[in-house]
Amino acid sequence: MLPAELAVVFRRLRTQAVLLVLAAIPVALCVALRLSGGGPEAGEGPRFLDQVTHNGVFAALAGLTVTLPIFLPLGAAVVAGDAIAGEASLGTLRYLLVRPAGRTRLLLVKGLTVAIFCVVAALTVAFAGLIAGAALFPIGAVTTLSGTTVSLGAGTVRALGAALVVGLSLLGLAAIGLFISTLTDAPVGAIAATVAIVIICGVVDTVPQLHALHPWLLTHWWLAFGDLLRTPVRWTDVQRDLVLQLGYVVVFGTAAWARFTTKDVLA
Amino acid sequence: MPTPTEAARVGSDAAGSVPYAIEIEGLSKRFGAATVVDDLTLSVPSGSVFGFLGPNGSGKTTTIRMMLGLVRPTAGSVAVLGRAMPQASLSVLPHVGALVEGPAFYPWLSGRRNLGRIDAAGPDGRRADRSARIENALERVGLTAAGDKRYRAYSLGMRQRLAIAATLLRPRRLLVLDEPANGLDPQGTREIRHLVRELAADGTTVFLSSHLLAEVEQVCTHVAVIHLGRLMAQGPLAELGDAGYVKLRVETHDAPLAVAVLTRMGLGSPAVEGSAVVAVLNGHEPDECCRELVLAGVGVRSLTTLRPSLEDTFVALTGEGFDVAG
Repeated sequence: MLPAELAVVFRRLRTQAVLLVLAAIPVALCVALRLSGGGPEAGEGPRFLDQVTHNGVFAALAGLTVTLPIFLPLGAAVVAGDAIAGEASLGTLRYLLVRPAGRTRLLLVKGLTVAIFCVVAALTVAFAGLIAGAALFPIGAVTTLSGTTVSLGAGTVRALGAALVVGLSLLGLAAIGLFISTLTDAPVGAIAATVAIVIICGVVDTVPQLHALHPWLLTHWWLAFGDLLRTPVRWTDVQRDLVLQLGYVVVFGTAAWARFTTKDVLA
Repeated sequence: MPTPTEAARVGSDAAGSVPYAIEIEGLSKRFGAATVVDDLTLSVPSGSVFGFLGPNGSGKTTTIRMMLGLVRPTAGSVAVLGRAMPQASLSVLPHVGALVEGPAFYPWLSGRRNLGRIDAAGPDGRRADRSARIENALERVGLTAAGDKRYRAYSLGMRQRLAIAATLLRPRRLLVLDEPANGLDPQGTREIRHLVRELAADGTTVFLSSHLLAEVEQVCTHVAVIHLGRLMAQGPLAELGDAGYVKLRVETHDAPLAVAVLTRMGLGSPAVEGSAVVAVLNGHEPDECCRELVLAGVGVRSLTTLRPSLEDTFVALTGEGFDVAG
């Protein structure tokens, strides 16, 4: 059933448009840098952007930095919020359940599909950045944040590793979106509510008085992916991020299951 | 997932070994304060073509949703193919094809791909045979040529056909069709009727919910009527029509005399309609009435019995008027 579900999601024009926009962002970034004839001063602008003109590999990382606050979570929210509510609003949910797909199995397949989308979305940004960076700027051995140099191959692997970490960082949000999706038959509502969660986390994260909450916020460790560009790789924050995401997945995945397996399907 | 043996067991309870394909007892569903289905008891004999009639908002679709495990009953029980729903959904539903509240597919996929998606979503049948199943189902509803069009571009009738094709993807023991003729042209309606008869001949029980009384009258062997969530009547089609309302119509010049004779015999509410007298038979035999009339000297020009149409019965049970039940 998973391949069929993936086909339904990835054959959809909306999904393709989201991925296209995500790919366009690092490309546009590279084109802008190239046309303006030089990058920002060191340390200015979004992280990694100042490095792109020296080494195209950094376009992947700059792309991730730029898309992480809004575009990537938006994409995840669209697919996750639509997962159950979208089937309900089309009416296809009743036919899947009568088939019978099995409620637990259907939810599991939906969750896996959303997770795969999150990783694909982050990798799309990274690959588009790598290709545009290589086309418009010199590429070569990568100078890490610690000042040491690793080979081009190793640097590329680290950039893709960073994309994978970013993709996995979206899973907590995906689980919340999936849960909200089981509460309503209106996909737009579920998507909007999921996006609102991201915004709320972002706001709370900037209020110093709430700093006790900060380490538990969905979005707090998202930028830790940059630590993959240190030598040796600093795993502490990445690990915190992934463990936190796992926690959200368990809590909201269970809530989604409890809700979905008992609800009356009237749509 | 049902274990293969479990699903196989439901499958091998060959048609007939369960006397009733659907058994509903004391079924109720309340949404908040509204009682949508109220203490409904219904038995659908295996092998029958069962017409489920009721005005809009009478609880037909909610009943069907409870039969299919989509909605949990507030009280009462539903057994499908001998097993309790919704608990046995995963082992029962592979043997049930259902069209519920109109077609629903992904607009951005073709008809073929939509059927593939449904086929892949559940158990039974090898993946290698999938395209054969899909082609066969498309052919049975006449959609082979339009199979690669996107669902978005389908007309209402084509959508309905595709939904029926989805119920035919594998052999079924029970087919639940909710308003199958909706949106179909007369030709399509005829095809559905033909299809239902064909399936019934193969031993499939067909549960047909409809407000098209003529359709039900033509294909169904049994009928149930519900109104405001309550069962008004159920039984074999012939018996339902006979429920005390068969009338005798006598054409004669001696109307007053005929009325007197029929009243003496005990026929109900005799009335003169033009050159004829009409009275409710109340269990009397027509030939007996004819003899009495002739013996009394009434000149009988013609004598016929009038059976109420299903529509008469339906209106008698559910009331006149256009008001949708709230």
